[in-house]
Amino acid sequence: MTGAETTSRDPKINRPRRTRLQGALREVLKAPMTAKFGILVILVYGFVAIFAPVLTPYGETEIVGPEFDVWGEQFILGTDGLGRDMLTRLLFGARNTVGVAFITTCLAFLIGGLTGLLAAIYGGWLDQISSRIVDVLMAIPQLIFALMLLAIFGTSIPTLVIVIATLDATRIFRVTRAVSLNVVVLDYFEAARLRGERIFWLCVREILPNITAPLMAEFGLRFCFVFLMIAALSFLGLGIQPPTADWGSMVRENAVLITFGDITPVLPAIAIAILTLGVNFLVDWFLHKSSGLKDGH
Amino acid sequence: MTDRLLEIRNLEIDGESDEVWHEIIKGLDLDLDRGEVLGLIGESGAGKSTLGLAAMNFVRPGCRIRGGTICFDGQELTEQSETTLRKLRGVRIAYVAQSAAASFNPAHQLIDQFSEIPVVHKVKNRQDAEADAKDLYRRVLLPDPNGIGYRYPHQVSGGQLQRAMTAMALSCRPDLIIFDEPTTALDVTTQIEVLATIRDIVREFNTAAIYISHDLAVVAQMADRIMVLRYGELVEESTTRQMMSEPKMDYTKSLWAVRSFKKEAETAATEINPVVKVDNVTAGYGKEDILKNVTFEIHRGQTVAIVGESGSGKSTAARVITGLLPPRLGEVQFNGETLPKSFKSRNKDQLRHVQMIYQMADTALNPRQRIRNIIGRPLSFYLNLRGKQKEERIRELLSLIELEPDLYIDRYPDELSGGQKQRVSIARALAAEPEFIICDEVTSALDQLVAEGILRLLDRLQREFNLAYMFITHDLATVKAIADNVVVMLQGEIVEQGPKTDVFSPPHHEYTELLLSSVPEMDPDWLNELIAHREKHGVMRSTSTS
Repeated sequence: MTGAETTSRDPKINRPRRTRLQGALREVLKAPMTAKFGILVILVYGFVAIFAPVLTPYGETEIVGPEFDVWGEQFILGTDGLGRDMLTRLLFGARNTVGVAFITTCLAFLIGGLTGLLAAIYGGWLDQISSRIVDVLMAIPQLIFALMLLAIFGTSIPTLVIVIATLDATRIFRVTRAVSLNVVVLDYFEAARLRGERIFWLCVREILPNITAPLMAEFGLRFCFVFLMIAALSFLGLGIQPPTADWGSMVRENAVLITFGDITPVLPAIAIAILTLGVNFLVDWFLHKSSGLKDGH
Repeated sequence: MTDRLLEIRNLEIDGESDEVWHEIIKGLDLDLDRGEVLGLIGESGAGKSTLGLAAMNFVRPGCRIRGGTICFDGQELTEQSETTLRKLRGVRIAYVAQSAAASFNPAHQLIDQFSEIPVVHKVKNRQDAEADAKDLYRRVLLPDPNGIGYRYPHQVSGGQLQRAMTAMALSCRPDLIIFDEPTTALDVTTQIEVLATIRDIVREFNTAAIYISHDLAVVAQMADRIMVLRYGELVEESTTRQMMSEPKMDYTKSLWAVRSFKKEAETAATEINPVVKVDNVTAGYGKEDILKNVTFEIHRGQTVAIVGESGSGKSTAARVITGLLPPRLGEVQFNGETLPKSFKSRNKDQLRHVQMIYQMADTALNPRQRIRNIIGRPLSFYLNLRGKQKEERIRELLSLIELEPDLYIDRYPDELSGGQKQRVSIARALAAEPEFIICDEVTSALDQLVAEGILRLLDRLQREFNLAYMFITHDLATVKAIADNVVVMLQGEIVEQGPKTDVFSPPHHEYTELLLSSVPEMDPDWLNELIAHREKHGVMRSTSTS
């Protein structure tokens, strides 16, 4: 061999190098039951959200039968207070609520993540000012603040997305800034800076690849919270407006059925709960893997 | 009560990595009598710490004891319950870790942490424990023994903390203490005091000790017997004097030879004008000045070694030259032309010519970038190389640093060893085709054998490319090996500078004398003679404050 010393890791090179996809699949197969459950839930919900129009027997807002019909052959889960098919409404609700929540989380990540990265890299005044703004925004109870802003700016879907994204971006700012600060003090970051690299390179090629694990976990958690916030706002009447199907407002509209001992109004609530649970299991597993606890370092 | 304290037979320990169990210790035997000091030597990864910890039947997370027996004072440890073991640990077997700072809880006073052990194990009550602490602090020669226990860990220096940890290990008068590289993290001058303390105290209490280190000269001072380990196996075992005078195995001999790498005669400067000149620089953070009026110059083809203890300002000087810390007074010149004080104001060419190699290879390379990209980025950024040309140049550089291109080009940093990572750092610096490279303690974190390889490589590259090196180090052996000129720094000022032979031959500045005499020699009597000499002449004590 060459003059350099060999490492005990060298025998590895005789193994064919696995692609990242193969590595990821192997990891999934090794995951605990709860994580597999989480993945299954997300896949099912995703599938339903995308293919809702094809799967449902009726239209989203179509009135097709008598009000509060019982579960039967024609309407598998009965009908709601206006005579619309519950199953259809549930499936479309998946698309609307999950879809809006997803877009909102992505937007929140864009805003919070970007400002967090820049605050960590530049430090100084930029860091101070943005951190203090975030502190102020976080000091106001989120739900009440959202209600107030929605009452002021109206309740269209874009407004909803922007309001919730801005409020949630504060949390993401904090997480991103914290993990980025860990990277910014390392030698390789200093080496890149000294090279004269521009801010784009520093953010995207030096820091970002090293903070994907905590950020992805944060994405999962944020998604749940955004999701619950939208459902809560809809339940209170300021979220997604009727006649659009949405799980939160569905709970409110059909709540009266509880007095008759019918569990139909609980179905959208169960749907919310299962998704939250599934995402949480997945995030838990992800965090456990990336925290390196198993290595004992 | 027999004399044999510890008897380990056929110990086998495995470690887990990626779901596969690898052998770390492959059937080792170890004997230790009461009051005997055994030295364990080896490179990192040899299994020294694992073996030392196994003496109290402890393995780090991710490891398991696959087989073998550990007999401590007649008791078979592998059969004992965790409760019994807990009664043994800390009371009869104590462990002194490498990093004292990491072993002390920063939220508690030293004396609280000392007293916790005997009180929890019901050996002493609180008052007796505190009185004992003060007595032990006096015996380990800590300043103000009655008061120092009431300080917090961050309020004492590294050497003092290490001695406090030794005192803490003695709190229950154990039969065996395991010292795991206790002086590796300390400056050379502080090391002397700690070594002497440990040796005296171990003799005074007739405690058996296992002394783990990769530094043969240090172990020669402390141990009665030495075991040399490699890859989890025993290479050689004999008494200290015998091993020093007649090592049998080739590997043992090679551990000596490390210190023999010396540069051929000092190279003369190839050009009259220096490539880098630091002119009257005064710099610091905030109000305090770390560097005071520092002036030195470096020529192409030459290595200037900056030597000093921690806190002397060596790394600060590097930061000033690279532009990370603009100096308050003075300037840095490159090839005669003054460099802008902050790196942000320098152009690409100025940045290109001043490259830096860092001490910790683990944090110097981005773990999410392949070697190809780590080395390739300076090529595309500074030299605008692309495509096939860039690929060829990357391979050329990998060959230059003696790593097989096909094997290493697509790896990630965590698939390389420490020495290999350091080589990649060198390649990254070379890729920019600089005239001047700052080597900031590049071999301090490496084993001696590996470090020698790096030094040879750097020497070869210097001759091939006529590079100027600024070599920052606290290790005088390295300086002797590679320097042409030496700059000795103390508390931000230069106390002595000049060609190596001048600086290293008397007459010396007092501090240079102290530094030179503090380097451990391969003679078992060296420490005794040094302490006697210093006491006789009242030599100045170590000045490091952290």
